[in-house]
Amino acid sequence: MATVNYPLESAGLRNSEHSVLNILYRWIATTDHKKLGLMYIICMLLFFVISGLMAVAIRIQLAVPNNHFVSPETFNQLFTMHGTTMVFLVGMPMVAGLGNYLAPLMIGARDMALPRLNAFGFWAFLFGGILLYSSYFVGAVPDVGWFGYAPLTTTRFSPGASTDFWVLGVLVAGFGTISSAINIVATTVSMRCPGMTLRRMPMFVWVMLVDALLILVIFPPLAACQIMLMLDRLIGANFFNPTVGGNVLLWQHIFWIFGHPEVYVLIFPIFAIMSEVVPVFSRKPIFGKPAMVGAIVVIFFIGVGVWAHHMFTVGLSALSNTFFATATMLVGIPTGIKIFNWAATMYGGKIRFATPMLFACGFLFQFLVAGLTGIMLATAPFDWQLHHTYFVVGHFHFTLIGGLVFGLFAGIYYWFPKATGKMCSETLGRLHFWIFLIGFNITFIPMHFAGFLGMPRRVYTYLPGHGLETWNLISSWGVAVQIVGILLFVVNIIWGLWKGEKAGDDPWDAWTLEWATTSPPPEYNFEKIPVVRSGRPLWDLKHPDDPDWRFE
Amino acid sequence: MTIARDWQLPDRGNVGILMLILTEAVLFAMFVVAYIVYLGQSTAGPYPKDILNIPILSTICLLTSSLTIVLAEDALKHGNLGNFRLWWLATIALGAEFITATFAEWRHLIVDEHLTITTNLFGTTYYSLVGLHATHVIVGLIFLMLVMIATLLHFDIEKQARRIKLLSWYWHFVDAVWVVVFTVVYIIGR
Repeated sequence: MATVNYPLESAGLRNSEHSVLNILYRWIATTDHKKLGLMYIICMLLFFVISGLMAVAIRIQLAVPNNHFVSPETFNQLFTMHGTTMVFLVGMPMVAGLGNYLAPLMIGARDMALPRLNAFGFWAFLFGGILLYSSYFVGAVPDVGWFGYAPLTTTRFSPGASTDFWVLGVLVAGFGTISSAINIVATTVSMRCPGMTLRRMPMFVWVMLVDALLILVIFPPLAACQIMLMLDRLIGANFFNPTVGGNVLLWQHIFWIFGHPEVYVLIFPIFAIMSEVVPVFSRKPIFGKPAMVGAIVVIFFIGVGVWAHHMFTVGLSALSNTFFATATMLVGIPTGIKIFNWAATMYGGKIRFATPMLFACGFLFQFLVAGLTGIMLATAPFDWQLHHTYFVVGHFHFTLIGGLVFGLFAGIYYWFPKATGKMCSETLGRLHFWIFLIGFNITFIPMHFAGFLGMPRRVYTYLPGHGLETWNLISSWGVAVQIVGILLFVVNIIWGLWKGEKAGDDPWDAWTLEWATTSPPPEYNFEKIPVVRSGRPLWDLKHPDDPDWRFE
Repeated sequence: MTIARDWQLPDRGNVGILMLILTEAVLFAMFVVAYIVYLGQSTAGPYPKDILNIPILSTICLLTSSLTIVLAEDALKHGNLGNFRLWWLATIALGAEFITATFAEWRHLIVDEHLTITTNLFGTTYYSLVGLHATHVIVGLIFLMLVMIATLLHFDIEKQARRIKLLSWYWHFVDAVWVVVFTVVYIIGR
């Protein structure tokens, strides 16, 4: 009787279910979107800590003039690996992790559309990261900056294998990113539960869909210029070789065609988080959802046409400078729509300042500042003055920490109960928020002033007597405050997992489908595939006398 | 519930392969742009007008293979396995002819004309763009042959009609890219 074999085998599997090896096997071999999502987030946090420690080393080196905490060579490696890690090994797994974990739950699906591709994407990302970091074991650490400008990256100026590690690590991780983007588009288009029309799709999923499409459009340019660089380096092609007519600006153009929209790829998931957290904690549906979707699509289209604002100082024509400056300022309009709509969502709402909402508010203020300095830098003559100074460093850290990291913390505190079934401590959360907020501003506000005074980027030290000492010292002390904030976050997560009170299915009284299942959700997500009739299906369930679908 | 019964969404495989095609199209676009930007920028010979011959026969072969793969799909839809195998084999043969012709062309350029990827800017952009496309043709051929082997081993290929459709979309894309590469390299670039 051949058929007996199957139950016997699975019974054997069940017996050893709790052995470490078996648990490990189930995580490694999994195609479950929630496990993969969590693995992305865990790897992201690990790389965040590593990369954060590099930033600490950079700030120690710059705390006082003529410091010799690290050598110039090490300093180059530090800012290169810090930037590369933050963008490709922290930012990108955040996009994939949030999208993976939440998108299927929010659209009432049991998994992503292409689960095996999903697993491939995760392992490609992790392998790319390990490949990049294996450079430390062979002593060939990348030191060309995260943007890898040619001709600095060509064999003439970068002999040895360090740049090859950088190119290959990022390229392989990029394959993972593209796979997960294909998956998110296929999932949101093909896996929505009955009744979940595009109009009713949660704002979070909408933004992740546009984000995935943006990834599909901008990661190939990165791959293209990296392939060209590999051809140059390994088999002697001439793409970036001016002696035979090649043009090093080709690298800058193609790289920034990727590199500028990349910051939108990174910030979109935060827009997505904001669009869920702000309504739930203001007890109001999001203000102007069609305008919000429209704004994100407009940012997508303008975003791919502004890249040369990173290149004002290379000497493009006046016409190009004007075009790219204008296009860059235009981004302010849809972004403004989003900021105003979040504010309008709060207006007149019954706001609960729980930890996620605190971080969301922090995001709103700091991202606004980042946007304003962005408009300043979009003005070409202003940029000529401040390009390659700490003003730019201050500007983009306001977007990526003041914006991205604050928004990410809002998201983590918001969905932590769903993923683990436990609540974090509100007290620790508040403390984390305020200390991190203070530390962040102490670190990055002075950078703007140091930049105005001429503090150059990517230079390992500076001379005393130019008014730079105070600002740099304040910046460095700010890092110490931030570390306390991050430690409080770690303690809070551990405390939440260990002793946190039970969350229940729906601790925030929210309206999207992920809160309709248990916390943590079972492998199949929903016992019965839900059928929705409005944009807030849980509201309909909780208020059968006043359902949303009556007004749609 | 009527909502659940009437609920129809696009096939996930279709969406997935279309997204792959979108992302690949951008990749090719970058190499095409690099080719066009570097047209006439070579400071040393050999130049394209002196050494490139228009590959008419292999182009016709590749474009025809788009037709034969449609005929193969059609045969599979009607359950005619014999015809399916025939047209599928024809597709592989036409694709293989294209690759052989590319191989011969490169051999000629390298051995007789002494043009390699390192020689000059033209060599760099030519081999990378045409090579990128040839790589895609080879990947396509590998998948086409996998299907062929599966049918010869009497694997139930009719159940895989959906996946065969996806493969054919990829193949059409590779052909369409060739139209662009052909125009840029052999017509505009010469």
